[in-house]
Amino acid sequence: MPPDSEVIAEQVFVALADPSRRAVLAALASGGPATATDLASRLPITRQAIAKHLGLLAEAGLVTAEPGERRRIRYRLHSAPMQVAQQFLAALARDWDGRLDALRDHLDK
Amino acid sequence: MGFPDRIERVVDIAHPPAKVWGALTTAEGLSSWFGNEATIDLRPGGSARMTWTSGDTAEMRVERVEEPTAFAFTWHIYGLPDDDPRRTYVEFTLEPVGTGTRLTVVESGFAQLADDAYHKAYDGNTGGWASELGELVDYLDAA
Repeated sequence: MPPDSEVIAEQVFVALADPSRRAVLAALASGGPATATDLASRLPITRQAIAKHLGLLAEAGLVTAEPGERRRIRYRLHSAPMQVAQQFLAALARDWDGRLDALRDHLDK
Repeated sequence: MGFPDRIERVVDIAHPPAKVWGALTTAEGLSSWFGNEATIDLRPGGSARMTWTSGDTAEMRVERVEEPTAFAFTWHIYGLPDDDPRRTYVEFTLEPVGTGTRLTVVESGFAQLADDAYHKAYDGNTGGWASELGELVDYLDAA
């Protein structure tokens, strides 16, 4: 197992544990790249708080900052870490217990 | 946290391996307990497909066929993009126990990071819709 996947998945889940950061990520997912000011106009969160969350999300590799003058920096969702977290969720969601119960029921018919 | 790479289950079934084998490896069997509809080309490298009334579909590639003791396939990791090359490996082994069958299912590969996909995803431009939309714009500009 690559040691990185656990670290990456953990960063995603830590990011998603906070409702403001979920709102920021959801806004970037649905609306595309945006500046902190854009996000502040769309979300019930102050610009300062959004800037702080974006900094943390960028450090974790969940968003990337496009080069630009400070107030005009646009942030873009970076989906690769989400896909690592998705692999973790996929393992939890496979439900072999339910499927094997169904197999047994089918054979008993 | 413990990133699970492998899921393993063992169940004892009160039917002989030949009957369990049929449920695992035929379209009729698979569509009775796994999917709502199924097709399967039962040979290594063959394709199988299951569909559900929910609209979900699973495409599998048959990897191992040793009647009536081992059957394996690979399939896509749920939730990853359709073009992602990572797949998990699912192996059923059937062992006769008395008049019944001990069935083991192992699904492995959840924790894999395909090196290529990983580096592409991390080092390349952030990709996804941004680059696809860029290609569309280039195409329209050229036309």
